[in-house]
Amino acid sequence: MKALWRALNRGLFYLLVVFIVVYSVFPFYWAVISSFKPSDALFSPDPSFLPLPFTLDHHKNVFLQANFGRNLLNSLIVAGGATLLSLALGVLAAYALGRLPFPPKNAVLYIVLAMTMFPQISVLGGLFMLLRQTGLFNTHLGLILTYLLFTLPFTVWVLVGYFRGLPRELEEAAYVDGATPLQTLLRVMLPLTGPGLVTTGLLAFIAAWNEYLFALTFTVGDAVKTVPPAIASFGGATPFEIPWGSIMAASVVVTVPLVVLVLIFQGRIVAGLTAGAVKG
Amino acid sequence: MLTQRQVRLAWLLVLPTLLVVVLVAGYPLAQVFYWSLFKADIAFVEPPEFVGLENYVFLLQDPDFRQALWNTLKFTVISVSLETILGLAIALVIHSNFRGRGLVRAAILIPWAIPTVVSAKMWQWMLHDVYGVVNVLGVKLGLLSQKVAFLARPELILPSIIAVDVWKTTPFMALLLLAGLQLIPEELYEAASIDGATRWQQFWTITLPLLTPALVVALIFRTLDALRVFDVIFVMSGANPATRSLAIYNRQTLIDFQDLGYGSAISVAILALIFVFVLLYMRTIGREALR
Repeated sequence: MKALWRALNRGLFYLLVVFIVVYSVFPFYWAVISSFKPSDALFSPDPSFLPLPFTLDHHKNVFLQANFGRNLLNSLIVAGGATLLSLALGVLAAYALGRLPFPPKNAVLYIVLAMTMFPQISVLGGLFMLLRQTGLFNTHLGLILTYLLFTLPFTVWVLVGYFRGLPRELEEAAYVDGATPLQTLLRVMLPLTGPGLVTTGLLAFIAAWNEYLFALTFTVGDAVKTVPPAIASFGGATPFEIPWGSIMAASVVVTVPLVVLVLIFQGRIVAGLTAGAVKG
Repeated sequence: MLTQRQVRLAWLLVLPTLLVVVLVAGYPLAQVFYWSLFKADIAFVEPPEFVGLENYVFLLQDPDFRQALWNTLKFTVISVSLETILGLAIALVIHSNFRGRGLVRAAILIPWAIPTVVSAKMWQWMLHDVYGVVNVLGVKLGLLSQKVAFLARPELILPSIIAVDVWKTTPFMALLLLAGLQLIPEELYEAASIDGATRWQQFWTITLPLLTPALVVALIFRTLDALRVFDVIFVMSGANPATRSLAIYNRQTLIDFQDLGYGSAISVAILALIFVFVLLYMRTIGREALR
């Protein structure tokens, strides 16, 4: 009787596990197979759960008819630029805040922490005017700079933690050997923060790649527009005809690289996310 | 002196970051505060006119603002509550030892990685009134008596949007809570088992109390995020007054209506709302992290 009860319990537990996996993965799976179905199979009252019949029409359409290739390139430039810039600036600041004597350290850390929670919408009007006045409206650089609002504070915050975790002795040995503080940072400390740079870089890249509000507001036309606002405004030949196949194809194309990255670096990402939140 | 040189270097290294902070946060924020005291359009077609607190007085009487505030609060409370409960359940499942837990952890990262715009579009298609898989399966399995226009029926739009948000952000909650669970020493459970405590009792007397710090942090994090919600609602129902959030109403006022003065006042109001939660956040975890 007891064995039966345990088996039942075990069975229920695995049922729960299966439910969690299906719930998490099914919507993405459905998007993927929808993007490969010809339109008549897509708009069928009894849709198949496999991409049969199979077609690449929607994927071709996205690149041939829409400016999707341009949007993808823009996303790559903007997210890549914002990531590299935040890492470069963030490493310097984090080293100073984590390892060097710096009197207003806590004040700066408070500002950085407050900024990680800053509502983007509250500076939308101010940034809009700033970009217009400086001629950076509808440029890649303009978008990259505004993205630092959310990528930089997070990068600094997490990297400070990484720098603090490194042993004191390494630094002291470098000083004894006559290295300047800057040399110590570049030659000794920086190589050791490699994993931290990868983690924060990935998280910054994902955040910038997925950003919508600024990309929607600070771009006009397709020259600079990134993928999220482009997908959101995908239209058909008429307002009543929504090209679901193409929308799903575009969605899959932007998401697959992210999903692959996340699955490869999942340990790192989980560690980075929880370091950003649990430890501050 | 090495120390003095180090201090000078520290200033030099922090300076670029501080400049960026001033440029993308400080200056625009000052602008928003300043223009909230004016009647002005964002392209300055008409010369701006100083009106003092008039925009704020109007804000207090604006039914559209009140509706947006109410929508935002409804969205926040319901979605964050559901995400917490579901996230806790998922964290507990992954935390228990079983074969394939790595797979489950990988699976729940997928919704987290998908851009919000994309997840909104995916669900719009899944919730399609005729060809959506939710309707097809729902009718086939007998859960729905007939197909439902989830995104057209006024009373179903917000619940649908919340369902999408819950799907997308529960993984984040689960991961934060999982990290909290892993900090609880295993010996406590062993001791409790020896004393004859049931699993259920262990959950209430050990797990929940010791998980509280992680739970509080996760809750505040998600609440802050939910209060500034824009993407998921805007993609799924645009600026529809019945569902629009504060952020959507704010963008609409500033950009679509070009009303810099009143739009800035709304921005300040949102900032004030968030600020209360940020203070709470700083008090809970900031101090410890700054040690």
